[in-house]
Amino acid sequence: MKQSRHIFRTTALWIVPLAFLVLFYFYPMLRILSISLGRGEGGLIAPFAEALTSPAQRGIIWFTIWQAVLSTLLTLLFGLPGAYLLARYQFRGNGVVMALTGIPFVMPTLVVAAAFNALIGPRGWVNLALMEWLDLSQPPVEFINSLSAILLAHIFYNTTIVLRMVGDFWSHIDPRLSQASRVLGANNWQTLRQITLPLLMPAIASAALLIFIFDFTSFGVILVLGGPRFVTLEVEIYNQTISLFNLPLAASLSIIQLACTLAFTVFYTRLSIRLSRPLSLRPQRYTQKRLTSWRSRIMAGVILTLLVGLETVPLVALAARSFTTQDQGRSQASLSTQRLTLANYQELTINRRNSLFYVPPTQAIINSLAYASATVVLALSLGLPVAWTLARDRDSVLSRVMDPILMLPLGTSAVTLGLGFIVALNHPPVDLRASPVLVPLAHTLVAFPFVVRSLVPAIRSIRPRLRQAAAVLGAAESQVLLQVDLPLVGRAMLVAAVFAFTISLGEFGATALIARPDRPTIPIMIYRFISQPGALNYGQALALSTILMVTTSAGMLAIERFRIAEVGEF
Amino acid sequence: MDGLQLADIEKSFGGTRAVSGVSFNVSPGEIVALLGPSGCGKSTILAIIAGLERPDRGQITWNGEDLEGMPTHKRNFGLMFQDFALFPHMNVSDNIAFGLRMEGVQGGEIQRRVQQALALVGLPGIEQRDVNTLSGGEQQRVALARSLAPQPRLLMLDEPLGSLDRTLRERLIIELGDILHKTRQTAVYVTHDQEEAFTLADRVVLMNAGQVMQVDTPQAIYHHPASPFVAQFLGLGNLLDGEAQIIDGKPGVRTAIGWLPAAVRPHEKVALLLRPDAVQLAETVKHNTDGYWYLEGELLSYTFRGTTYRAIIDVQGIPLTFEFPSSSDLPGIGGTVRIGFDPQEAVQVFPAP
Repeated sequence: MKQSRHIFRTTALWIVPLAFLVLFYFYPMLRILSISLGRGEGGLIAPFAEALTSPAQRGIIWFTIWQAVLSTLLTLLFGLPGAYLLARYQFRGNGVVMALTGIPFVMPTLVVAAAFNALIGPRGWVNLALMEWLDLSQPPVEFINSLSAILLAHIFYNTTIVLRMVGDFWSHIDPRLSQASRVLGANNWQTLRQITLPLLMPAIASAALLIFIFDFTSFGVILVLGGPRFVTLEVEIYNQTISLFNLPLAASLSIIQLACTLAFTVFYTRLSIRLSRPLSLRPQRYTQKRLTSWRSRIMAGVILTLLVGLETVPLVALAARSFTTQDQGRSQASLSTQRLTLANYQELTINRRNSLFYVPPTQAIINSLAYASATVVLALSLGLPVAWTLARDRDSVLSRVMDPILMLPLGTSAVTLGLGFIVALNHPPVDLRASPVLVPLAHTLVAFPFVVRSLVPAIRSIRPRLRQAAAVLGAAESQVLLQVDLPLVGRAMLVAAVFAFTISLGEFGATALIARPDRPTIPIMIYRFISQPGALNYGQALALSTILMVTTSAGMLAIERFRIAEVGEF
Repeated sequence: MDGLQLADIEKSFGGTRAVSGVSFNVSPGEIVALLGPSGCGKSTILAIIAGLERPDRGQITWNGEDLEGMPTHKRNFGLMFQDFALFPHMNVSDNIAFGLRMEGVQGGEIQRRVQQALALVGLPGIEQRDVNTLSGGEQQRVALARSLAPQPRLLMLDEPLGSLDRTLRERLIIELGDILHKTRQTAVYVTHDQEEAFTLADRVVLMNAGQVMQVDTPQAIYHHPASPFVAQFLGLGNLLDGEAQIIDGKPGVRTAIGWLPAAVRPHEKVALLLRPDAVQLAETVKHNTDGYWYLEGELLSYTFRGTTYRAIIDVQGIPLTFEFPSSSDLPGIGGTVRIGFDPQEAVQVFPAP
């Protein structure tokens, strides 16, 4: 009796989120994939055969994998020293460091591309300075359209994942384990390899998987910073869809990409079960020490300079560039002719070409904020019940099946998803043609995995004791929920909310396809400016990018203020 | 000088002084206990000896060799942590073998020494067990085996029984002593529990607030505490303020409970200790005992502690604690108790703090 009631309740909690996923994820995806594959002349198999046998496509798949592996490894290498510093040392301003390094993660790819351009592009600060000092006529640093640009941008994006996931786990590992190793005769290197890294493995694996999926499905970075020489699956899907209109091939590539993501996730789930071991985690106040010796201070200085340098200098360069004049001709470009100006911002409010699609920037900001707010509400109300059941019934069949499926939207091509929305939701049973609701629906799908991932650990960390104590003290089940559970996961909900908010603010791929022309978001507006020639448009793109950057940073700072309480605090 | 020697060690953490002026030595084969309340700097001293922390001042030598700048892993010292710090990703055997592998000991020899270490701590045959499934007592022994396996020249134990329950603790402390004595292990044992320290140690270093208060054998510390703090820490709590006063040519101290004979200089201000364990009920004092001193008071409360009663008696408005054999015939609460004692045994004076 009790058992059946429990199953009933679990099912009830799943119904709405499942219905949402079916309606707005699986249905559009199946529609677009079946339509696309149906168009092929060689039947269902031919496009897959082409994708898997043609040297060009195989090259693309191979490049997609190895650039993702390389980017992931480099990101881990770059992020782990920082994670160590933030985990093991207590110093002033570590909250600021966390916030600053978190900003890139929520920046739209277009902003990032613009930022790297502003820093080391042909007309970026570095080249301007070098040309002036060395009296060169050509920019000496050729960075854009290179593999290093892609790798650097991927590191720029994802370092915060290492800092947060690995750093947080690390900060709760008992330092006496590595002390014990050193006392037993292991030097620092042996201790790192044999004790610290194996203990960190679960966190490193989680971070690596997430980073890998992001890099594997990378789109904007490759398109804008890599140039035509570098093509990933996602870029190829976009090319085949938009430019060549080879929908069957695009669909089969989409499916291959999804299948890969799913395979990695399943592999990761298996691995994480093998890697996880019972660790007695300790509160940070026992594990962290101050920077007292000059050696530790120098180490901290070097790590922080590199970390904060890479993570903020491009964005600062972008902001600075948005407040300077943009020269028309390359020959005049030099440091000495740069002047401070607000022209780029003023220009945003002028409809110079009397364009039909002109939208004042304030309207784009309002659109973005409205979509983001709707996304927060949707993502939280769908994510909370899912996170709840995942955390409570971790071992149930439903949870084990749903866990990797929930990660699917992360690995889904945004282009395919956007197209799917257009072909599937424009006629009954679901007619949302040109409805503004489409945008927050798509954003919710992308934000959903993040929301669930931020909530599950917080819910799991509520010890059953607390609930039992409340029950013994006379609280009914609903009261326990309201008085104990909700206050304890409150902060995690806030973090999830800000995640959903910033993801919605920055989403571009799907939005570009489904947003109505008269209701653009900030990224859409940036793209409009960037894709039009001329210094004026470039300047406006920079100005709008800066506005978006400030808005998302404010969101990230809010996250830092409400960071989830330490393990062991409750 | 053989063994370990600490001279004038000082260490601060972010402006607060953790230890200062700490000096003591440990001879080969000797077990020294660092005893003191929590937060007194005992663990900091261990971390400094192990090389996990660098002292701000002072010198540590082993057999006369200065250890300054020698990294932890080259010192060949062992340290057993309070929560044992067993590596959760290794089984029992790999945990114990860790130090041996670091030393470069080879395969078969490692296996032999792991077995030897487990036999020594009384847990033979559990090599393949997962350390996460061990009970508290088993973890403690495996941690001890891991520390002993590389045959460290000095073994440090940081409250190794702190997290265990009382009965287990009492059994393990004796086994631990046997093992340490059998291997003639030079050891420093950190604890806040005087029973543990007295049971195990050849000598005790009593610490408070980062400073050494007294270094001596357990017997000497207990019978001749060097300061009011030491007396209080050992549970000898009857401390009275007083001033030297000579009566009938005899030196003594005037206190709130009257004048008591004691060896003092004239006009000295002192703290007087009346040992709770050196008094008896007046009716049990033999008639021909000379020089005995008598006090009378009202019994406020008493607790039964097995072999003794611990009684609180109001003597002229001052509550004093005394211990009597549990066979004693105490009156009911509120009754009058007369006690007698030999001032030479029961009274000790310290310069006023």
